Amino acid sequence: MRNAPTNSGNGLWAGLMKAKPAKPGEIYGVPGQGDSLKISAVVIVGLIFFWWFVTYAGFVKPLFLPSPMAVIDALVTMLKDGFTGASFWEHTWVSTARVFGAFLLACVIGIPLGIAMGMSPVARGIFDPPIEFYRPIPPLAYLPLMIIWFGIDELSKVLLIFLSVLAPMALGARAGVRSAAIEQIHAAYSFGATRWQVVRMVILPSAMPEIFTAMRVGIGFGWTTLVAAEMVAATSGLGYTVLSASRFLQTPIVIMGIVVIAIIAYAFDHLVRFVERRVVPWKGRG
Amino acid sequence: MTALGTDNSTAKAVSVKNVSVFYPVPGKPSVHALKNINLEIHEKDFVVALGASGCGKSTLLNLIAGFMAPSEGEISLNGRIVTGPGADRSVVFQKHALLPWLNVLDNVAFGLKIQGHDRKKREDIARGFIKLLGLEQFEQSATYELSGGMQQRVGIARALTSDPAILLMDEPLGALDALTRERAQELILKVWRDTGKMVFFITHSVEEALFMGTKLIVMSPRPGRISHVFDLPFSRRYFETGNARAIKASTEFIALREEILKIIFADEEGAHHA
Repeated sequence: MRNAPTNSGNGLWAGLMKAKPAKPGEIYGVPGQGDSLKISAVVIVGLIFFWWFVTYAGFVKPLFLPSPMAVIDALVTMLKDGFTGASFWEHTWVSTARVFGAFLLACVIGIPLGIAMGMSPVARGIFDPPIEFYRPIPPLAYLPLMIIWFGIDELSKVLLIFLSVLAPMALGARAGVRSAAIEQIHAAYSFGATRWQVVRMVILPSAMPEIFTAMRVGIGFGWTTLVAAEMVAATSGLGYTVLSASRFLQTPIVIMGIVVIAIIAYAFDHLVRFVERRVVPWKGRG
Repeated sequence: MTALGTDNSTAKAVSVKNVSVFYPVPGKPSVHALKNINLEIHEKDFVVALGASGCGKSTLLNLIAGFMAPSEGEISLNGRIVTGPGADRSVVFQKHALLPWLNVLDNVAFGLKIQGHDRKKREDIARGFIKLLGLEQFEQSATYELSGGMQQRVGIARALTSDPAILLMDEPLGALDALTRERAQELILKVWRDTGKMVFFITHSVEEALFMGTKLIVMSPRPGRISHVFDLPFSRRYFETGNARAIKASTEFIALREEILKIIFADEEGAHHA
């Protein structure tokens, strides 16, 4: 590389830090340009192989990390016999219903709340302190309060998940209000629009990309909180399954539960991205 | 000309009377964005505002649009005092004003939707202006797929749908490349002639200002004020000859262009020594 016309020195580091010339049809210097699908596929296969290898070779005891086969076995057994008196599908359904119920509630309340906070200093003044107060607190910390206040039934579980989703939804919608260009807003007003029309016809549609991002972040918080919500007084659910299996050192079931949660969350994320492409094809191009 | 109108107010006109805008800055003397502006825009006038940056031309446009209230003086349209934005004064912005989630037809019909017209009427009216601006093939296109010049046509078509008395154009061609810009100038002149609207047009291009306006106001900064007014013959000449380049290359045009450039350069110099 002695004659290479560089301007940033040599060596591996310098080579990595330099932008490569664009291929035809690409734009030079666009961050993160290129396909990552193949790399991801290789990484997933590699991780599973590594997992299989360390368990097969006996480097790790099955109690700590069961083999992939054992986890699949656990799934098959659970599909057949269920777990602690409820079927696999019931556990899955109960948890999904809790997370999505809370998520929908958080959307219905959080999006208008965030828009209101973005639009009105009064709404911002009222809701900013409580939201910023509870937002950084781990749900586990206020779980006891939720149970004392709302009982040990579904209500406290759904509310706990709801609270963890609400803050990112409201903050996302609030930030989204800023997406509308002032020219778009002025154009609407100059046609005689009311404030409400401006919100409905300009602000809300402009905020959609941010709201979709908030949905993806929010549902992630929801699944994170699920296990906490099912810690107390639950008799079914994936979080409950994971927790009670861990108490009996049934590690294959723990891992199976984790994988099932991950798959549902991943599938939903792709669904949101699919809907996003349909609803806001103009994202980043308006 | 309604029977209800009284003497002066019957003529369509925008009247800016003794308007000043100032706002306080903590610890400094208050900023005089506009001082004692007087301006009459009459039916069929195409008024162009030109001036060094900070001279308050956009402020003046925002005042007429009703986005801002004057500190002193008053602005009226057809005898009625302007107290806020309204459909009788449509604004065409430099950019970012279209709604990317709507196609061209729905963007043009946007103002009509706000005003509560049903779909059929909206689309009928919108299609008329889409035709006037030569956008028929793009009715169903997404706005972000159009070129800058086409997007600006959509903005103008949209502004016309509410049948405003005046079109307020805030550097509408500032973001276009030179060739597209010249074609757009001619298109806007034709639209102006065919619709008979009053126009208040802001630009940074002296050539554009001279070519398009029937009346040119040159504004100067600190405090923002109208320093010179010119009556212009060139757009009328364009309608007679149809040859825009010949007009822009004529000696009379060039002499006036240099005279105005001198004024603006002097203002900019003043800014650097201030």
